[in-house]
Amino acid sequence: MSDIKKIKDEYLNKLDSDLNIESVNKIKTELFGKNGQISNFFKSLGSLPNDERKKFASDLNSIKEELLDKINSKLQEIETKAINSKLENEKVDVTLPEREINQGKIHPVSQVIDEISSIFSEIGFSVEEGPDVENEHNNFTALNTPDNHPARDMHDTFYLDNNKGLLLRTHTSPVQVRTMLNGKPPFKIIAPGRTYRSDSDQTHSPMFHQVEGLHIDKDINMGHLKGCLNYFIKSFFEVDKIKMRFRPSHFPFTEPSAEVDIGYELKDGKIVIGEGDRWLEILGCGMVHPNVLKNVKVNPDKYQGYAFGIGLDRLGMLKYGINDLRAFFETDYRWLNHFGFDPLDVPSNYRGLSR
Amino acid sequence: MKFTIGWLKEHLDTKKKDSELIEKLTDVGLEVESFENLSSGLDSFKVAKIINTEQHPNADRLRICDVDIGLDNTVKVVCGAPNAKKDLLTIYAGPGSIIPKNNMKLTVSKIRGVTSYGMLCSESELNLSDESKGITELKISKYSDKIGKNFFNSSSEKVVDLSITPNRPDCLGVRGIARDLAAAGVGKLKKISKNNIKKNGSQKIKVSIKKEKNQGCTVFGSCLIEGVTNQESPRWLKEKIVSLGQKPISAIVDITNYVMLDLNRPLHAYDADKINREIIVRNSIKGETFNALDNKEYKLDDDMCVISDQSGVLGLGGIIGGTRSGTEIKTKNILLESAYFIPRSIRKTSKLLNVDTDAKFRFERGVDPQSIELGLSKAAELISEICGGKISNFDIQKTDKYDKNKIKFNLSLFEKITGFKINDNEIIKILTDLGFEVSKKKLELDLKIPTWRPDITEPIDIVEEIVRIKGYENIETLEPEKTKIKDTLNREQKLFHFLQRSVASKGYFETITWSFTDSKINKFFKENLKEVKIVNPISSDLDVLRNSIFTNLTFYLKKNLDRGFKDISLFEIGPIFKDSKPGEQLTVIGAIKSGKVSRLNWNEKDRTVDIFDVKKDVIQTLVEAGYDKQSFFVREKSPSYYHPGKSGSIYLDKDEIDPVAYFGEIHPNIINKLDIKTESLVGFEIYMDYLKENKIKLKDLKPNFEYSDYQKSERDFAFVVDKNFKAQDLIEIISSIDKNLIRSIKIFDIYEGENIPHDKKSIALNVTIQSSEKTLEETDLEKINKLIISTVETKSGAKIRS
Repeated sequence: MSDIKKIKDEYLNKLDSDLNIESVNKIKTELFGKNGQISNFFKSLGSLPNDERKKFASDLNSIKEELLDKINSKLQEIETKAINSKLENEKVDVTLPEREINQGKIHPVSQVIDEISSIFSEIGFSVEEGPDVENEHNNFTALNTPDNHPARDMHDTFYLDNNKGLLLRTHTSPVQVRTMLNGKPPFKIIAPGRTYRSDSDQTHSPMFHQVEGLHIDKDINMGHLKGCLNYFIKSFFEVDKIKMRFRPSHFPFTEPSAEVDIGYELKDGKIVIGEGDRWLEILGCGMVHPNVLKNVKVNPDKYQGYAFGIGLDRLGMLKYGINDLRAFFETDYRWLNHFGFDPLDVPSNYRGLSR
Repeated sequence: MKFTIGWLKEHLDTKKKDSELIEKLTDVGLEVESFENLSSGLDSFKVAKIINTEQHPNADRLRICDVDIGLDNTVKVVCGAPNAKKDLLTIYAGPGSIIPKNNMKLTVSKIRGVTSYGMLCSESELNLSDESKGITELKISKYSDKIGKNFFNSSSEKVVDLSITPNRPDCLGVRGIARDLAAAGVGKLKKISKNNIKKNGSQKIKVSIKKEKNQGCTVFGSCLIEGVTNQESPRWLKEKIVSLGQKPISAIVDITNYVMLDLNRPLHAYDADKINREIIVRNSIKGETFNALDNKEYKLDDDMCVISDQSGVLGLGGIIGGTRSGTEIKTKNILLESAYFIPRSIRKTSKLLNVDTDAKFRFERGVDPQSIELGLSKAAELISEICGGKISNFDIQKTDKYDKNKIKFNLSLFEKITGFKINDNEIIKILTDLGFEVSKKKLELDLKIPTWRPDITEPIDIVEEIVRIKGYENIETLEPEKTKIKDTLNREQKLFHFLQRSVASKGYFETITWSFTDSKINKFFKENLKEVKIVNPISSDLDVLRNSIFTNLTFYLKKNLDRGFKDISLFEIGPIFKDSKPGEQLTVIGAIKSGKVSRLNWNEKDRTVDIFDVKKDVIQTLVEAGYDKQSFFVREKSPSYYHPGKSGSIYLDKDEIDPVAYFGEIHPNIINKLDIKTESLVGFEIYMDYLKENKIKLKDLKPNFEYSDYQKSERDFAFVVDKNFKAQDLIEIISSIDKNLIRSIKIFDIYEGENIPHDKKSIALNVTIQSSEKTLEETDLEKINKLIISTVETKSGAKIRS
């Protein structure tokens, strides 16, 4: 017994000194190898008398455990030390720039179209589209704007043939015509898209975007029109209150017709939508003219409803503080980067329109 | 349409403040463009008296005038006018005044060494007449007690400018505006005073309207005024004309203009002595010419409505008069015309000849056909008052009667359309005030429409009249209903929005460019599509519809390169045009990428962008959109604007006819011709219209969750194949050997060069083999190994590289 105690103390002592892995392994072999000192004691167990054997075995086992624990912890200690000293040399400058990722951008007009689709989706509208090239009938005549009507002068039209039969649509309203001709009422649609007028200066671009709205059913009246636009404008500008003014106006395809102004104020030279005593015209609307309904084979005695047309680019300019319409279509990398949106910013009803 | 508040009040009896009137105008649909104080510019012009004059010491023709402008001290003004004499009453403009004729702002200045405080004005400088030889001479009897007072007594006058919608010709006259305001409750419309002109004898010049097909004139009223003395207009009339920013010409012309602005009743005055015997209203004959008052010669087509005499065309009816019969200051006898021209005819002629005049603008929209006599008598009265002369009886030739149109209006329609109710009496009052003749029959109104409202033809027009006068603010705001009839987006629309964001998420900036472009650039990208020309382009370099997205993308890429950007990724999703009919367009994503990857990067070596960058983006986009990469098939075929050896097309499946996408380097010739300076330019296009609907939906795919936990093995092979042998074919050969066991194939090396014949290349690949039934044993693996080698060798002529 005293022998093994002596061995234990001797080796525990040894293991406390500064050792490398090899010397610890050597100690391990000296104790627990084939002819290790502890191993030999285990071999000698059989020769002991029964009464002593039990006690000695138990002591021997506990010493073995103690030594093994010590060896393992010593090994671990050495390992940790080794890793730590290795890591000392592996230090990098964490302030160096990360690997590059190319951030893409969504054009503000696309973002605005998604926002608008999301808003109108909430109140039951679906999205329809039509071709950019239209015939004269869909763009004008079916919309109660015959050739001899001065209202045609309100639109500077790009023509694709000398007979003025084919043209680039001057508004999204022909989508109304196409939708109603191809379906049966009720209709509840919006139609965003490109529109064209041969007009180009600081505030006009020969191409711009509109969104058309159309709701036709048995009893849709001007109160619904007001409600729908009020809801839309509030949602789009993400404000609780909006000042709106409906002014009588004239469009050949609606009657009664209205232009809608929203209230705003100037704060530090910036437009703040909602309150204030200034008015900004943002859209035209009205009750679809019975002649238009007749032209698309909808019975105006049974069905009625409203339509509206909004300049999308201008809405985007107002919401996101963009000053220059022309810049929308000039592909300046700096502009796209600044005014563009992260592709992950998908406007939706439940996550909110914008960050 | 411009008018002054004072003029408005000649027709409207009102005590309302100007601001209320302005607000009301907007409320009833007459949009106020501007409302400006006229005095701002003109109240600095004072009546003044020259007290003394002395010779300028340094200039023979200049005099220094002591001028009394009603202040304690006189002011010194240097003046060059020969008529600047002591005691003359004239008009003085102080420093700061803006001279109407040339918009010059006066300052205190030295003229040849003598300081001049302001200026004495000629009539021409004030736009009062063309008189410019001397300064204005005012009548002593009228102005001697007005020294120091404003010369223009319109100092409180305010000018309103309205934007009148095309449906409201009646509001192109001040009276029409007054009528709307009266109906809206801000005043009473004054009665037109009965004039008591004496008419003597018949109108001696014979007038006839020729009966012809498409005759554009239906009523021609005229009267002869003999023995007039044409002259400058009196001040009240000049001021009216000036206040609207027009130039007074002569009393006769000013009067016709005045009546037009007042009543929306265009008139024309002929010098009766210049008319050859008679007036014939007829259609023009192709090739006829005449000189118009705008100093242009017009060559006429067939069927244009002309006013002619026996010598030929005098004027284009309702559009513009001719110089041959124009009035002058010495004109003695005039023939006054008040006619009705059919809007359609006016519009057609003016469009063809490209003329725009005040008269044309009004007739095109519709002038009251029953205002012919009113216009004649009002003008004749003024002419005889100012210019004297003997007025003939009116001669009215007409081929149409223009009775008032009738409409039956069901009273319930109002609430049905507007959603709110107003009582019947109020409806009747509004309509009566607007000039309708109303009789009520139970639930219906019988209405006679005033002839000045050609825009009103059916019941819905009546609803609009009532609601705009009552006020749009009465319309309730109803909560929107949320019922949905259809899905918000259809498949194509969802795909559009998905692809848009998918491409953007790969580092491309989305741009939107015009659908038209420069034909000179477009021709590089047009392939076999038809060039669609715009007849009236906004400029010659935006003359065609684009046949490719690349046309504009390359153009703008160049602009950005010129701005100093090098590594650019741009894309656009939008229409390209195959031909000129509606619907002959495709929706395409075009994306381009220039420059390098990892330029100036501390830890990665830079390299130029290449075809495999865009191939990655296009494939990944298609995969994200839900298409199965396993069935994609790539061919070398691509449009001519790509590099012939470094481009390809992608098919959703080997058997598809149309590729859904192209990718590759842009053809170096095009890069040269467009003068694009970049290390590399690659791009891809996705044709949305060819992206077919996935047969298997995500919700059907998800439940098939199968996996194998048996051990995987990997084997590497290197095959030596012909140089133009396609990697895609090699993969296809291997993967079809045993679809159950061969899980994936990766190409990890392509080698050409030493140890390989010069017409061959080595493709090294790693094949993952795994069974879903058992752990494969060495013998199984050996078997499949051998099978791979032998199959590849037989099918491709390849040799395994040892």
